[in-house]
Amino acid sequence: MDRIPILRMGKFLLVTIQIDLYDRLATNLETDLVQMVSKTGARGVLIDISALSIVDSFMGRILGNIGSMSKIMDAETVVVGMQPAVAITLIELGLELKGVHTALNVEKGMELLTTKIGSYEDEELEEDEISPE
Amino acid sequence: MLIEKEQDVVPFRNRVKEHAVKIGMSLLNQTKLITAASELVRNMLKYAGGGVAIIEVISQGRDNGIRLIFQDQGPGIKDIPQAMKDGFSTGKSLGLGLPGTKRLVSEFDIKSKEGEGTTVTIIKWKNG
Repeated sequence: MDRIPILRMGKFLLVTIQIDLYDRLATNLETDLVQMVSKTGARGVLIDISALSIVDSFMGRILGNIGSMSKIMDAETVVVGMQPAVAITLIELGLELKGVHTALNVEKGMELLTTKIGSYEDEELEEDEISPE
Repeated sequence: MLIEKEQDVVPFRNRVKEHAVKIGMSLLNQTKLITAASELVRNMLKYAGGGVAIIEVISQGRDNGIRLIFQDQGPGIKDIPQAMKDGFSTGKSLGLGLPGTKRLVSEFDIKSKEGEGTTVTIIKWKNG
């Protein structure tokens, strides 16, 4: 069966969607990703959609689902590389992509994830420092 | 073009794109048209188990456009004004399909008879 590859990089998972997905492929990606988050303990998921020429309500829902599911698995999701025409169309259609962060490109997306997760770890560190007192 | 299964959605979208490119439609209008087409094809598969989609190049004066007709023999829509409202859905989708699609195209027409099927016609003008 066709699958979209999921790459692991440190505490992040990277997905690059290179082709227009048909429904089965998209729902597979959804379950695969959540399972990968659980298996690897990843803290962030980055999805590159720069090759997608359209995002319809189905694909929008899948992206939103991935975001919400990852969130309850304690991972942040960032969607990067959306084409301007796709963004305009999504908003006119009435989709807001709730539950996922977005960034202009992969680099900015990685920065966003690092800040989000980095800051969280700093807090934990501070707590550790305080606790012995 | 016959639409019977979910794997038909992407090839259909590609066919629409080919036609839109041929008449020189802008990328933004192409994206809107293809997204609208994708929504309607999905509706057809979901509620009627498939149907027929027709792609036509049309012209009015100097303006060219694409007309898409979606015909199915499904259960039909009971209350069209209700189906055209944002947030209404009998399925488990977001209920943005029909009203959202209408916002993306130049002209939108829906005819439906309960028990006989539904026909949706949309037009997107090249510069519309």
